[in-house]
Amino acid sequence: MLPDLGKYAVPVLSAYASMIVLIVGLILLSLRNAKKSKATLARLEEKRKAK
Amino acid sequence: MSIWEFANPVRFMRLSGRVLPWITGLAILTLIPALVWGYFFTPNDAAQGATVKIIYVHVPTAFLAINIYLMMFVTSLIWLIRRHHVSALAAKAAAPIGAVMTLIALITGAVWGQPMWGTWWVWDPRLTSFLIMFIFYIGYIALWAAIDEADKAADLTSILCMIGSVFAIISRYAVNFWNQGLHQGTSVPLLKPGTQNQVAAVFWQPLMLSIAGFFLLFLALLLLRTRTEIRNRRITALRAREA
Repeated sequence: MLPDLGKYAVPVLSAYASMIVLIVGLILLSLRNAKKSKATLARLEEKRKAK
Repeated sequence: MSIWEFANPVRFMRLSGRVLPWITGLAILTLIPALVWGYFFTPNDAAQGATVKIIYVHVPTAFLAINIYLMMFVTSLIWLIRRHHVSALAAKAAAPIGAVMTLIALITGAVWGQPMWGTWWVWDPRLTSFLIMFIFYIGYIALWAAIDEADKAADLTSILCMIGSVFAIISRYAVNFWNQGLHQGTSVPLLKPGTQNQVAAVFWQPLMLSIAGFFLLFLALLLLRTRTEIRNRRITALRAREA
């Protein structure tokens, strides 16, 4: 099942690891910002309607 | 339905809200199998050994790095000509995704280049123009962050984007222009796998799936981030009204 990377294990694994770290980081940051702005906007709209 | 209907933020939010879950699902269903196929179920290359597996990460991210910049060029141009806020915000939303894709392409290119070329980096036309494009991405993001007035920021970043797009085009065609350097020319035929000097079908099929997966991931992130930018613009407007 596991591929035999031989002497190239370090470059192959580091390429995949750096991609995963950067992509997951980007996704988490985008989701966090989206959640934050959605909550802030909902709060402000509620406040505006209440006035 | 005209494409300009998407320029209306309310319509954009409604439509993007509907398609975003589907695109996200499709991205997950494409990208993960593509990477698993490429990493676990493809053979090593006769000349490059196991390093050929880096192709499933390096080529899609490099492809997106260039094309995201060109997408930003088009949306910036739309902003400058037609003053549609959604297009300026889409360019702003795309920039961090493009910067990350460029960084991944640079890192994976370096770790692939070291065992194959014997060096992490050379000042080759394609690599150099790619690095400059990355610097333009960072400059573009920094310029948006540095200017408080939204329309002025959109104007200036659009102009910066126009200038930087020269390097996106050079990154794509550098090898054809100069015909020198270590980086080979386009080795990924979109229509004809297995042609001489090009990628064999056994590598080409998971590669195409990986490109599709990364593209769908980009689309999902672009919609999510553009929706966030539109909400942020509304937050600024409401706060200004309150003050």
